[in-house]
Amino acid sequence: MERKTKIDAEDGKQGLLITRVFDLPLELLFKAYVEADIVEQWMGTKVLKLENKKHGSYQFETSDAQGNVIFRANGVIHEFSPNLKITRTFEMENTPFPVQLEFLEFEELTEGISKLNMHIVYKSVAFRDQMLQLPFAQGINMAHNRLQDILNKLK
Amino acid sequence: MNLRRDVFQAIADPTRRAILLLVASQSMTAGALASNFDTSRPTVSKHLQILTECELLQQEQNGREIYYHINAKKMKEVADFIEPFRKMWDDRFNTLETIMKNYKSEK
Repeated sequence: MERKTKIDAEDGKQGLLITRVFDLPLELLFKAYVEADIVEQWMGTKVLKLENKKHGSYQFETSDAQGNVIFRANGVIHEFSPNLKITRTFEMENTPFPVQLEFLEFEELTEGISKLNMHIVYKSVAFRDQMLQLPFAQGINMAHNRLQDILNKLK
Repeated sequence: MNLRRDVFQAIADPTRRAILLLVASQSMTAGALASNFDTSRPTVSKHLQILTECELLQQEQNGREIYYHINAKKMKEVADFIEPFRKMWDDRFNTLETIMKNYKSEK
């Protein structure tokens, strides 16, 4: 099986690079980051606010089946160039993790094929490694469930 | 600090990742490996040395030839570290792709 999403995380560095090639035109890939209702679907979180502009901000919130808020994150958008790049901060509320800086670059490889480079910079090497190791067992299950839900809707 | 012995440093290089992929399928000699790359033989040797030093590859003497084979245990250490995080993003992006393909066909 081909692994479409690649992660480069060099040891001893406080950043990592996530790359992904999409079988989508550049405009549609970028739209998935801009339209709040679409972001909600693939990130699996409620979008409380999403201001796609320089100095705009955003806020995500995820609740469990009982309606309890289990996750909230926010950030500020520093750079917003349609179909080109988004530079933003990302911070999980009520966690010991400091804010991180994200550089998202969008590019068209060929017609109908686009690529995303997501460079994340953490406060320290230790925080990066913790982020890689700790919280994602849950994230994976959530992602699977979400995918299943969406596929069920398409049936 | 010896960066060269660091596995993550080792796999950060695209040629070394390609070497690992080749060796994963079967044990190979340096010469056989080098024939897969446009880079010079000494360059490939250097990559093999780094991969061996960080224990991702192991050498095995077979007659006059030295064969390189993959150290599965060490590879697993590397994969386990990143894999859950990679999987999470892969799932998200797969979902994104599915949604947007549907979006496209609706238009």
